[in-house]
Amino acid sequence: MAYPPQYRYTKEHEWIDVKGDVATIGITDYAQHELGDVVFVELPKVGAKTATGKSFGTVESVKAVSEIYAPAAGEVIEANAALHDKPETINTDPHGAAWLIKIKLSNPAEIAGLMDAAAYEAFIAEKAKETSA
Amino acid sequence: MESVTSPAITELRKTPLNALHRRLGAKMVNFGGWDMPVEYPSSGGLIAEHKAVRGSVGVFDVSHMGDIRIHGAKVPGGALAAVQHISMNDTSLLAIGQAHYSAMLYPEGTFVDDVIVHRLGLDDYLLVINAGTREKDIHWVRSNTTNFDCIVEDLSDAYTQLAIQGPRAVDVVQKLTDANLAGIKNYWFTHGTVCGLKNTLIARTGYTGEDGFEIYVPSDRATSEEVWAKVIEAGREFGIVPCGLGARNTLRLEAKMALYGHEISDKINVWEAGLDRYCKMEKGDFVGRAALERAKAAGLTRTLVGLEMIDRGIARDEYRVCNEAGEPVGVITSGSPSPSLGKNIALAYVPPALSAVGTTLVVEIRTQKCKAQVVPTPFYKRAKKAAAPQSAKLA
Repeated sequence: MAYPPQYRYTKEHEWIDVKGDVATIGITDYAQHELGDVVFVELPKVGAKTATGKSFGTVESVKAVSEIYAPAAGEVIEANAALHDKPETINTDPHGAAWLIKIKLSNPAEIAGLMDAAAYEAFIAEKAKETSA
Repeated sequence: MESVTSPAITELRKTPLNALHRRLGAKMVNFGGWDMPVEYPSSGGLIAEHKAVRGSVGVFDVSHMGDIRIHGAKVPGGALAAVQHISMNDTSLLAIGQAHYSAMLYPEGTFVDDVIVHRLGLDDYLLVINAGTREKDIHWVRSNTTNFDCIVEDLSDAYTQLAIQGPRAVDVVQKLTDANLAGIKNYWFTHGTVCGLKNTLIARTGYTGEDGFEIYVPSDRATSEEVWAKVIEAGREFGIVPCGLGARNTLRLEAKMALYGHEISDKINVWEAGLDRYCKMEKGDFVGRAALERAKAAGLTRTLVGLEMIDRGIARDEYRVCNEAGEPVGVITSGSPSPSLGKNIALAYVPPALSAVGTTLVVEIRTQKCKAQVVPTPFYKRAKKAAAPQSAKLA
């Protein structure tokens, strides 16, 4: 699956799509693949604050619970309610329909520190090499 | 997201099929020191693998399991006496060609490991043990059988063990063997030619709550890969898929089969685990018996129950269980979504007073308190076949 060039990425495998001072956040295709069948998603309520690098929710597969870390600080303005009944959308459309939350950024400048698509793809290629060694 | 699969470490042990799993693109995990496939994206992943076993057939590499043979030396019955001493079930009840579930116990009545005991011959037994406890078990068997006239052999590395499981497993394995599988009852076994390999142990056993077979073939890589390929080929018409430890866990959990380190351990005794029917107190002395007698007289302080989540949330291993007042009363030993039931299920140790079916309990899931209720177990039971085999035909 292609990694959208306009998104930015974290080492914890979240993506963030910034439009002005509003950002949409989700987990990457690599992340959903590592997790396997997603069966449960827990997201923050509107108005909750996210702190950079801190957990804002969890995604669960049959096997495991994974914390989702915020790529940026801000205030939650929307959580993706559709994932409540259809968490498996994270497996099928992680970069699109399965966005997790939208936040109003506290400091849009901090996005500059994240990886672009090319850097993220190089990062996961390196990880794949480690695992198959 | 944090990574859920750990990169392979060189010290991890590998089954003869390890390279094949990697070629298939399996996700590998460290399971008790073994580099094992947890799921195969090429099979459709854990849930698809689980459903294949419930609906048709799947194949698992379970070569990490250990195998200990105990056979007689000079005195007839020496091996039987040794097995009776270290195993809680009554081995004298086994016919040649029959197997049963049992456990080896510490003198405290707690678990060294659970085992399947197969009676291979007149005074000849094969104990199939868990992977994570292999060395401990072998040491335990050796050190507790020194006073018996028997020979203990560790055959763990001699076999590649494949589990072919599901309602169509019998059709798949029958295509590969001359043995008459219809004549083998559940928990019986035979020796036959499988994939051209003479004298192969074929047991109607498994860890899925489904009908199925476990076959034991020579552990060299070429033979192992060839047998795997033939099983896949024979199962193609039934939609067979390779299955990993993830599906193995959800399948065994639905069937309420114990997993060492979870439902049973060196801290839990037989009565607590609810394995009474496999423990034959009347057979005579065995390691752990005296402690179990005392434990029975003292009464239970905790017992294993099945839970179904009422509130939205998945109970996981080691999460705390509370009563309705919010006071901690127990712990989850295994918890997972159940692919067969579409519900979130768990096993937990709770006080007997809170173990009745219908009792409401509360599971602490991170920051939330989620309601659950005690339900009958097993969570899943396969439908009985219309006609059971009339007699067991043994080679």
